[in-house]
Amino acid sequence: MTERIRLAHGGGGTLMQRLIDEEFRPLLNGTVHDGSVMDGSLQDDPAAGLHDAALLTLPPGRLAFTTDAYVVQPLEFPGGDIGRLAVVGTANDLAMAGARPLRLSLAMILEEGLELSLLRRLVASLAAAARECGVAIVTGDTKVVERGKGDGVFLTTSGIGVVETPEPIHPQRIQVGDGVLVSGDLGRHGVAIMAARHGLDLQPPLASDCAPLWPAVEALLAAGVEIHCLRDLTRGGLASALQELATAASLSVLLEEDAVPVAEPVARSCDLLGFDPLHLANEGRFVAVVPPDHLEAARKLLEPHGGALIGQVEAGPARVRLRTPYGSERLLLPPSGELLPRIC
Amino acid sequence: MSVADIAPTVASLAAELTAISTRPWTLMEVCGGQTHAIVRWGLDQLLPPGMTLIHGPGCPVCVTPAATIDAALALAARPDVILCSYGDMLRVPGSGTAAIDGGDDLLGVRAAGGDVRLLTSPLQALALAREHPERQVVFLAVGFETTAPATALLARQALALGLSNLSLLMAHVRVVPAMEAILADPAVGVQGFLAAGHVCAVTGLAELEELVARRRVPVVVSGFAPLEIMAALVACVRRLEAGEAVVANAYGHVVRENGNPEARALLAEVFEPVDRPWRGFGTVAGGGLGLRPTYHQLDACRRFDLPDPAATPEPATACIAAAVLQGRATPADCPAFGTRCTPESPLGAPMVSSEGACAAWYRYRRR
Repeated sequence: MTERIRLAHGGGGTLMQRLIDEEFRPLLNGTVHDGSVMDGSLQDDPAAGLHDAALLTLPPGRLAFTTDAYVVQPLEFPGGDIGRLAVVGTANDLAMAGARPLRLSLAMILEEGLELSLLRRLVASLAAAARECGVAIVTGDTKVVERGKGDGVFLTTSGIGVVETPEPIHPQRIQVGDGVLVSGDLGRHGVAIMAARHGLDLQPPLASDCAPLWPAVEALLAAGVEIHCLRDLTRGGLASALQELATAASLSVLLEEDAVPVAEPVARSCDLLGFDPLHLANEGRFVAVVPPDHLEAARKLLEPHGGALIGQVEAGPARVRLRTPYGSERLLLPPSGELLPRIC
Repeated sequence: MSVADIAPTVASLAAELTAISTRPWTLMEVCGGQTHAIVRWGLDQLLPPGMTLIHGPGCPVCVTPAATIDAALALAARPDVILCSYGDMLRVPGSGTAAIDGGDDLLGVRAAGGDVRLLTSPLQALALAREHPERQVVFLAVGFETTAPATALLARQALALGLSNLSLLMAHVRVVPAMEAILADPAVGVQGFLAAGHVCAVTGLAELEELVARRRVPVVVSGFAPLEIMAALVACVRRLEAGEAVVANAYGHVVRENGNPEARALLAEVFEPVDRPWRGFGTVAGGGLGLRPTYHQLDACRRFDLPDPAATPEPATACIAAAVLQGRATPADCPAFGTRCTPESPLGAPMVSSEGACAAWYRYRRR
């Protein structure tokens, strides 16, 4: 018989305690100082045990704090799942502020009837991602909603990190003449999700790019690269991220379209479905804005991972312009509305 | 071939176009896929001065009549119905006159509790009908001759399986009758066409040959990539300069003279040409595909006793789609463009599909 989540699993009673003790604690060992992330809060000193709130002892420096909610269908997709996404996504938001991700909270809303085997896989994946990102999940909560009132699993994670850049990373530091780099090729996550959702049989299958970004940021900082701004390229893709940066900095961005890395299978899928790869979500890519005399060093670090210098910041209205390979020019505008595949 | 390899060839084709043009020719690219590519890659910026490209009506989403959308909304709002269609149909506004909970598009009806599903292949509707025998599955069937064979296959299988809970809301359209209607309108100054390559891959060239014989304009079958479009433009202008009204196939690696005989046979078995209103166009003689009598039992309008959308006049609207789709205005000429009319809240269908002329302009040309 398939074991499934029942309402009582979120009720705070024995069923819930068993779920935590027997199912999740072993999986989460090592990421949570051997405590429960499912309901309760750990202290940084494990001997202190569980309480209503976690008490944190963090390295000195400015703190970065962020939160994100995760809803995705299907819950598991090529290259990742909602558990991995929830850890990596929040850790990446911290990294974009120049902060080393350190602590995470985790709130789970489970739908009655969710298969326990699936939940085990998601929690194991979440734990593996936490180890990969070097974060500890120190506080959490679990609720169960009636069947039909959730979409399997909703996750919310909040994260705290310590800023390691000498200057704050912020769009207002962007200057005319800065170079714009991306950390890798674009659109893989968007296409992977779209293919899984619509049953498109891509050969070979395309995996999501879901991955921690802090290692790349740390490498840039270690090499002494001055970073004016970072932004991860999640929903809305490169187009939305750059428009947001251009607006915040009140400056113009000019991109060279043929410099923007897009893998062949992504480009082909986009042609088929009527999407622009620069509109698609990524979960392991960022854009970096770097002053001219640091560009070479940044390129050297990013290019081996598929990254590239794609454009530069110019004076002018807050727009993103794109020079096509044919010498014509157009605006790169954020996508509008829900991305829907076209008919032919 | 990478874009970097193609760019010099595109540039030399643009130079050739300038060299051979002695007059300011006006051409129409028929297909929305071509429109999208032209605007996306800025190909119109490479043309000789004075040459005009008119964006044609070749976006099946854009020309689906408001009355058909209204019928789809009414069906989707019924608790016993699963309404399914392709992605970009879900955003197309109806006439705005139907009082349906959720608003004027299928996404709105879905938000209000209607069961609206997005399909990537019509045969998924067959699977839905078998999974839900207690419910009625309605497929809003749209597209040119490119997607019509898949709908025909669905109809044939539904009949063969004796499925009593699957029906079709027919909105399939035919391209060549619309080209004829454009040429018949003296206000539209189209001197030559780039024809829709993927449609011709199914239909072949015979219908175009007949059109050219009647109307004496050159027609070049074109692909959708920048290189293919530029090469087709050169081919079309060469014919114009030489005064030759012929059909030329510049998409020969995809389009064969007689098209796809199996797909054509399937279309002929299931569908017949019917007069159909095109949004922004009025009724196009022979401009639609209807179900043949053997397949009438699959007709959603008959099954649910809905008024025939083809008999409903188009509502008055602020949208200048008619002028845009006939090439008499550009999207930017519309006072509502980018203000009251955006892809988030489109007043008219050309703003909905990524292949619609207004959506393409909004995406790449907004100021």
